[in-house]
Amino acid sequence: MSQIHVKTIINGDASEFLCAADETLLDVLRDRLDLTGSKEGCASGDCGACSVTMDGRLVCACLVLGAEADGTEITTIEGMATGENLHPLQQAFLDHAALQCGICTPGFLVAAKSLLERNPDPTEEETRYWLAGNLCRCTGYDKIVRAVLDAAKIMRETA
Amino acid sequence: MPKDEFTPRTFSVVGTRPLRPDGIDKVTGRARYGADISAPGMLTGMVLRSPHAHARICSIDTSVAAAMPGVKAVITRADFPVHPENNGTADVLDNCMADKKALYDGHAVAAVAASSRRAALDALATIKVVYEVLPHVLDVDEAMKLDAPILHKGRKQEGVPADVSDNVLTRTEYGHGDPEIGFQMADLVIERQFKTAATHQGYIEPHSCLATLGSDGQGDLWVCTQGHYMARNTCAEILGLDSGCLRVTPSEIGGGFGGKTTVFLEPTALLLSQKSGRPVKMTMTREEVFRASGPTASTSIDIKIGMTKDGTITAAKGDYRYQNGAYEAMNGTLGAMTGFAPYDLDHVNTVGWDVVTNRPKAAAYRAPGAPMAAFAVESVIDELAYKLGLDPIEVRLKNAAREGTKSAYGPTYPAIGLEATLKAAKSHPHWSAPLGENQGRGVACGFWFNFGGDTCVSLMVNPDGTVSLSEGNPDIGGSRAAMSMMAAEELGIPMERVRTIIADTAALGQNEVTDGSRVTFAVGLATIKAARHAIQIMVERAAMTWGIDPEAVEWVDGAAQPAGPNAGKHPPMSLAEIAAIASNTGGPISGHFEVNAEGAGVSFGTHIADTEVDPETGAVKIIRYTVFQDAGKAVHPSFVEGQLQGGAVQGIGWALNEEYIYGKDGTLQNAGFLDYRIPVASDLPMIDTAILEIPNPGHPYGVRGVGETGIVPPLAAVANSVSRAAGVRMTSLPMSPPKVLAALKKM
Ligand code: FES
Ligand code: FES
Repeated sequence: MSQIHVKTIINGDASEFLCAADETLLDVLRDRLDLTGSKEGCASGDCGACSVTMDGRLVCACLVLGAEADGTEITTIEGMATGENLHPLQQAFLDHAALQCGICTPGFLVAAKSLLERNPDPTEEETRYWLAGNLCRCTGYDKIVRAVLDAAKIMRETA
Repeated sequence: MPKDEFTPRTFSVVGTRPLRPDGIDKVTGRARYGADISAPGMLTGMVLRSPHAHARICSIDTSVAAAMPGVKAVITRADFPVHPENNGTADVLDNCMADKKALYDGHAVAAVAASSRRAALDALATIKVVYEVLPHVLDVDEAMKLDAPILHKGRKQEGVPADVSDNVLTRTEYGHGDPEIGFQMADLVIERQFKTAATHQGYIEPHSCLATLGSDGQGDLWVCTQGHYMARNTCAEILGLDSGCLRVTPSEIGGGFGGKTTVFLEPTALLLSQKSGRPVKMTMTREEVFRASGPTASTSIDIKIGMTKDGTITAAKGDYRYQNGAYEAMNGTLGAMTGFAPYDLDHVNTVGWDVVTNRPKAAAYRAPGAPMAAFAVESVIDELAYKLGLDPIEVRLKNAAREGTKSAYGPTYPAIGLEATLKAAKSHPHWSAPLGENQGRGVACGFWFNFGGDTCVSLMVNPDGTVSLSEGNPDIGGSRAAMSMMAAEELGIPMERVRTIIADTAALGQNEVTDGSRVTFAVGLATIKAARHAIQIMVERAAMTWGIDPEAVEWVDGAAQPAGPNAGKHPPMSLAEIAAIASNTGGPISGHFEVNAEGAGVSFGTHIADTEVDPETGAVKIIRYTVFQDAGKAVHPSFVEGQLQGGAVQGIGWALNEEYIYGKDGTLQNAGFLDYRIPVASDLPMIDTAILEIPNPGHPYGVRGVGETGIVPPLAAVANSVSRAAGVRMTSLPMSPPKVLAALKKM
């Protein structure tokens, strides 16, 4: 199978890669670009561990083909902190002990950031429904939801 | 009885909530989990799995696959060099790669290593397996019948009667007194049968490993596991290797809950690596995780309890029948031991049955065997209280086990916290809050043994006064933080100065698997003792510097100081000062401790659940939920809360949604997160927690394990709540909408 040449911007940097027609964006990120922060929990769009944004839209990287990334801008968990400064959501997850094993954390952070970009002041219910596509088996979601609501508040106050 | 290790004290680090040291790695995506690593020249390994629930393997032809481009190795069971003598290890090997028979849908029958995933998949498709399909059995009660299809011949153990099939491997019995006498003293006796479905641990990270094994028998294994020493020992035994030649390094672990306490891919990956001469990485798909890694037992349980009008339990009997999938496990035994453990009973008898069926081998799942038993027992107690017009918490308080109670499974309890959790529940605002229409409130208790086991810790005092701590258990939810905190507490230095790492199998002695809620207890105990060892050496160094007797020196607030006026006037020497001159006072300073830790301290919890039942659809919504649990001493309260919340929500999933669904042909129908639905954020309210601290006499700080007990009460708490909301007793899990609707219609 001949490979497809893809040009994209990942976390602000121009990036080019070759991929097979059936390779997902998640495979490309993890196996070709060594961006292993996005996790594969299911490869079927059910767990959200592979959440990234594509031109600002929240997607499951396991449901996007690598070839579809051509000409788009992708942001992954690796692009969330600025240098050594954590994003307020990342800090809030640490402050609230919102991770246990941490495998779901990159997906939750990317999804939560996308929520707060659209809705800087979400209710608990809105937060729970927005994050319903992200599975966490460790925490029971309590501390995750608190962390997101707290980060939203901090971001509003410092905006 | 456990040694009395506990001394009351005040804490400065333990009990606070510092940030976890591995936190930044985990919020930035830098942390390396099982599948996040690669090696030069690495191949991809993949497994061919049986499409049949039960079949004789007549032949396997791998010749086409072996000749395909990119394929570097193909193996079947015939390629494994040894047959382990130990029955348990032989079962593990058999579960990793089927021998003469495939025993469940998804059982591995062959594996390949190839230069790409695509090449490996193509090769698998060419392997020809000729099966003779055999009749299968999935249900525990069916499997026990004499005419059931038999999985293994001749594995029945002593004590199993002749009138059940060879699928019954063990029968165990516990109790004391004579229940028949007790039932005669009761004003009301209720006997009911309960069923629970098999569920999966549902960790979000699939199993993954990267293996390298040379022809000289030297190897390296990187793996997501709850126990890298277990992985090393098991793989070495299966492959006939010297365990010292196999170094196993644990990755960060993306959840386990008991499901990663055994091996699935690891021996296969090592063998593929040896055959191909290349590193081999293997990662399960989610479908493989469901089809071939450890679910829990499904059960069928009979419970009979007698009670007087004032709420005293006069007698209790339980018959716990558990199917453990295709190989031996002891979930039924553990069910029989735990079900009545919260109560002080004069007359109690329980029997546990462990049965094999054509399903994947059950792996441990958080307090294995106990949640189903608690569901059955706590449901009957709730019904008795309801029918006798008694408060369900008062009834439990009246019968609660206390210090000195002889437990239903044998031992007599030291100081325990059940009563404290019940009293806290009773006085909590949740218990008296008003309920709305179609809503109900349920309460239930739960018990877990907790465990200690083999543990090694090393603690190095670095020249700059920092401390490096090595432990041998993967950090599954904050244990690096907990160990650093306990070492800092003991040494009298800030927690930030103690860095804890998870060492590989070559760096420390044997460590038991991260199971039995053992790590904070056992590794914590060893950490404290290793710190005391280092303190002893530092005290000696200070004494040497001052030219006085070591007995005349004491360790206070992170420094050595003369113990009294007779010791002479010397300014205190801090840990950093002693460390800085260690080279001149005898060399580097380190402490270590190795132990088979006893005295883990049993654990109890009480949960309150409010639910609302939709009479139109049968859907159940959790409205409010509160967990009360004894932690002995909460080292990092946020992480303790997290364990209680996570356990409760797994239990809620078990109670309401989760279930292995099989087709008539014995194949699994819902091997994915879409059809096997675990709770999501929008299903739940906040999960409130109350941590009780009744010190465990077996730990220097009073710590008890907290990881598992949290999943024991919720099945019953939710079922009791739904039963009261719906006005009908729910006896079968999961309480999915169709089931609840059918129960409502029958009323
Ligand atoms: S891996 Fe993409 S949603 Fe699960
Ligand atoms: S923290 Fe483990 S899955 Fe969310």
